[in-house]
Amino acid sequence: MIRRVIKRLWGVLPVVFGVLLLTFLLLHLVPGDPVDVMLGESAAVADRAQLRAELGLDQSLPVQFVQYLNHLAHGDFGRSIHSGQAVSSLLAERLPATLKLATLALLIALLVGLPLGIIAALRARHWPDTVASLFSLSLSAMPHFWLGPLLMLLFGLWLGWLPISGMTPVSAIILPALTLGFGLSAILTRMTRASLLEVLSEDFVRTARAKGLSESHVILRHALRAALLPVVTVIGLQMGSLLAGTVITETVFGWDGLGRLLVESIEKRDYPVTQACVLVIALTYVLVNLCTDIAYQRLDPRVRLS
Amino acid sequence: MKQLPALVILFWLAAVVLAAVVDLSPDHIQLEHILASADRHAWLGYDDLGRNILARLLSGAGVSLLVVGAVTLITLSIGTMLGLLAGFYGGWLDRLLMRITDIFLAFPGMLLAIAFAAVLGPGLNNLLLALCMTSWVGYARLTRAQALSLRQRQHVQASEALGASPWRLMRHHMLPLLAAPLVVEATYSMAGLVIAEASLSFLGLGVQAPQASWGSMLRDGVRYLLVAPHYVLATGISLMSLVLAINLLGDRLRDHWDVKRA
Repeated sequence: MIRRVIKRLWGVLPVVFGVLLLTFLLLHLVPGDPVDVMLGESAAVADRAQLRAELGLDQSLPVQFVQYLNHLAHGDFGRSIHSGQAVSSLLAERLPATLKLATLALLIALLVGLPLGIIAALRARHWPDTVASLFSLSLSAMPHFWLGPLLMLLFGLWLGWLPISGMTPVSAIILPALTLGFGLSAILTRMTRASLLEVLSEDFVRTARAKGLSESHVILRHALRAALLPVVTVIGLQMGSLLAGTVITETVFGWDGLGRLLVESIEKRDYPVTQACVLVIALTYVLVNLCTDIAYQRLDPRVRLS
Repeated sequence: MKQLPALVILFWLAAVVLAAVVDLSPDHIQLEHILASADRHAWLGYDDLGRNILARLLSGAGVSLLVVGAVTLITLSIGTMLGLLAGFYGGWLDRLLMRITDIFLAFPGMLLAIAFAAVLGPGLNNLLLALCMTSWVGYARLTRAQALSLRQRQHVQASEALGASPWRLMRHHMLPLLAAPLVVEATYSMAGLVIAEASLSFLGLGVQAPQASWGSMLRDGVRYLLVAPHYVLATGISLMSLVLAINLLGDRLRDHWDVKRA
């Protein structure tokens, strides 16, 4: 088991390296001189030279990359051009809000998606199945920047139940979390349904029924355990769209998290901050997928015992 | 009912052509109509500068379909070619391509496109570039996986034994069998691109004012949500209808050709 985890970690390293390289190269995709773009053409020569030296742009590309890695290894993400604050402290300030939002969204997605998918599979081709597939079909065509405003209109303006933007009161988290969670639940519903339907037609389910187990026992103890395994992988993969979704959702709802920090940095052309946000989100995604992979191996007896 | 998705897509195509032929003046500002609701001149009401929302929706649909069409055409050709070469020749070429796609796939969802668009700067060309840089990966992976198994098929091996050139094998014996899964993939990816274009424009990274785009209209719509809900509703429903129709068309094509998706 431990050996397998180590092997998996080893396999992730090139990807992490690639992510670092691509994020590093982002600054060099800026058309023209990034220093000009960030400070404006009218900036003083001394200021420009200072920024150029700070970003390491006066060095050769490989040297810059090594320096970049070296700084990151010491937790140094550079300084914000706009406020002069250390980017690491900006990240530390904003990350908790995004994690809170993403966790709640994941919880909502699981609470809505799994039961709906299970019911749809158990009542396949009957009305509960139709309702579930209509639900997931329409949600899959609703990007966050359309679902969000729709929920704002419904619960904020027409029903007046919930605050529509900002960070306070505590209930302000509900609408952005619903926006993020519903999108994910649509996919979970579809996957759970398909996976459970497939398992239900397998021999071991027939055997379990044949030996006289109650239907609920067959479903809960036998079928569902096998059916949820592929769903674990999907959850890991979909955490990516959840993380990327925070960028838009936080912008819609004025939620001061990492996603909004990214958008603000883009608007201010504060590239070190942009770079750091992209890197943190991508590395989180790599980490989450690594964890789901390991969890999958723990959960699947075929892999665990082999 | 079964034809509805195709009809919706045709409706938007026709609307775009119509908007291009007949001048609906989507940029015409009428300050006396700011955020006014529908009347007989503007069936969907007016936006925050008193412009006709319907005219702007049609003009925005043009941008959206242009982006989707161009990006699909470019990335489908590049991705298919790379995937086919990697799957056919294997070896270091295959390993290199897989490593590169792994890195691209390590960035979740829209994040990489947002990052590219952010550093390239706003505008239609950079929007196209950013979406092209991220959209080829899916096609390359799909084609490569299919090509790996097609390579072992008897008809391919037989023609190779008869001395067919690699080009001929790929072009005449493998590509035709790849067409169905690629078209299905492209259809779903088009729905994704409609959303992607709107997302980038929503963040201000797409086409610039005064040119209309669904994403920037949604952003303005959210700003005036409390006073003029008709603005955001009209735009959102338009976007949703197109995305839903493309997805349903994809489902039908998938079932029709019996394509298994990963």
